Amino acid sequence: MPRISQKHIPLLSTIGVFLLLYAIASLRYDRFFTVRVFLNFFRDNSFLGIIAVGMTFVILSGGIDLSVGSVLALTTVVAALLIERLGVHPALAVVAVLVMGTAIGFAMGCVIHHVGIAPFIVTLAGLFFARGLALVLCDGSITIDNPIYRAVTAWKIPIGRTGLPLTALTFLAVLVVGIYVSVYTSFGRNVYAIGGNEEAAMLMGVPIGKTKIGGYTLSGFCSALAGVIYTLYGSSGDPRAGVGLELDAIASVVVGGTLLSGGVGYVFGTLIGVLIFGVIQTAITFENLNSWWTRVAIGLLLLLFILLQRLFARPRLRANA
Amino acid sequence: MATTSQADHPARLRPWEHKNFWPVVALAAILGINLALFPQKFLFLREGRLYGTLSEVLQQGSTVMVLAVGMTLVIATAGIDLSVGSVMAICGAVAALLLTRTALPLGGVVVVALAVGACAGLWNGVLVAFLGLQPIVATLILLVAGRGVAQLLTSGQIITFKHPAFKFIGTGHLLGLPFPVYLVVIVAGATILATRLTVAGLYVEAVGNNERASRLAGLRPGLVKSLVYGFSGLCAAVSGLIETSYISAADINKCGEYIELDAILAVVIGGTPFTGGRANIVGSVIGAAIMQALSTTIQMLDVPAAYTLVVKALAVVAVCSLGSEKFRRAMRRLVPARAS
Repeated sequence: MPRISQKHIPLLSTIGVFLLLYAIASLRYDRFFTVRVFLNFFRDNSFLGIIAVGMTFVILSGGIDLSVGSVLALTTVVAALLIERLGVHPALAVVAVLVMGTAIGFAMGCVIHHVGIAPFIVTLAGLFFARGLALVLCDGSITIDNPIYRAVTAWKIPIGRTGLPLTALTFLAVLVVGIYVSVYTSFGRNVYAIGGNEEAAMLMGVPIGKTKIGGYTLSGFCSALAGVIYTLYGSSGDPRAGVGLELDAIASVVVGGTLLSGGVGYVFGTLIGVLIFGVIQTAITFENLNSWWTRVAIGLLLLLFILLQRLFARPRLRANA
Repeated sequence: MATTSQADHPARLRPWEHKNFWPVVALAAILGINLALFPQKFLFLREGRLYGTLSEVLQQGSTVMVLAVGMTLVIATAGIDLSVGSVMAICGAVAALLLTRTALPLGGVVVVALAVGACAGLWNGVLVAFLGLQPIVATLILLVAGRGVAQLLTSGQIITFKHPAFKFIGTGHLLGLPFPVYLVVIVAGATILATRLTVAGLYVEAVGNNERASRLAGLRPGLVKSLVYGFSGLCAAVSGLIETSYISAADINKCGEYIELDAILAVVIGGTPFTGGRANIVGSVIGAAIMQALSTTIQMLDVPAAYTLVVKALAVVAVCSLGSEKFRRAMRRLVPARAS
């Protein structure tokens, strides 16, 4: 039997908590333990999940990206304007907004690396900038009424009596690509390396700038992709979409076992983090509780996990102090 | 640190080398533009009270100014407090509930609300100092959960009330000036006195500069940090009371929404570095005034309020770039190249 390495403990405890919560909820509520509810975890949290995958890379590299919710909102608005007001073909509009989101991420990465401002501040400015721009472009929500869009929204892979729509599939695809990139590419290894110890990574010849900027670019791309998914999910563009989404994404990543200090964690853990988020949200709906309990529950869970992490990570962090 | 050059030659300090010189210039420039564009609206007396742009900047900027004072100390310990907006909402909700549901006198209501804020801040402090959480995460928890708690307190409703004495906190005038201005002066003044005349300021900066060294020197960094976060919570409570009083209602969703960003930006503009070890409270208050002056000017130009966000974002990146060593070095390399 393989020995359980200490670095796997956060991930294993995350999976344990997910199974426990899922089991409790399934025993407590009728119709919770169904394919439909399980698939809905993926459908309803697809944009959160996509953003969380991008966020995982940024956090692994030792940074943080607070702009994700606003970039999502800006993407939905630009996509809706292009399709509805300018009559651009949806496929072209999607490509355009993906390029835009990627460019925003790239620009923030460049400012962080080349100008040397803290990631927290730069992405905070990005948050203001993208939200402001979205509100400047359009004050209210725009409905997207496009035949191609409707066809794409209605399409799904049938599973039992329900199915996996494109939104959920995109999330799963991003997840698989994210896991592949983090484990099997040099970029992924470099992200872990600079998150673990930037100075040591630099001395070993890891391209710090490229990797850091790459992380933020990836996060920008994921936010834009999540924005596209949001327009599919809600058939509209909304400048007020995704308020507070950055916190949900960070919470998912951290609950998924990634250390906020960088260098330790798994993209797969982020999936579990998003699923835990989904279980809590669904359980609170089943319980007919005020949706604000979700925030309190997420906060407490976040605290619990970070305390767990502290417990396991203590020797390492003490060595760093 | 590269910052010791000023301290080594205090006598040779030129005016533009003073730490608050550039923030004051920026504030004066924005207000100057405003005065030039709207001279008749800038400042006027009506019924013995000051009105106009300047008065408005001071009144509406007061919440961020008070928050920025607490935030400065937190950042000086190399921390950050993201929870201030949620703490404002909780304290506003508590005050509104006490005013409408109990017969507690106003003084009692204020004391309870302030105590709640201080406790919320202390909770952050304990998480950071004794459980060793990163400040961003510890305060993120209260940011996420705090607004939920406030929502549960008020059952999700906006609590409105009529209470002339309480309304005075946010909208009253004393000797012609808006009352919140006095609150800012009291909070900022008391903090400056406490940090300059007592050893408290030295403790805070020492912990931020090098926590280990401060512990070896006999300080208790945990206690210092806890108290600093508690103080930030107290400042958030004062802001929450001002805001709640200003609109005569506790609106959980809107109260203090995104204000943590304004407060942090005010501190950054004011010249307190993120690395900790230095606190510039006057600078932070000026920074908050700059932010509010920008917003007010943009509103007066009839530009949609959304542009404020874009302008703030660009302003912050510009200010931080000027403060960044890396950027300055790059510029210095560029300038002689152009001259030759």
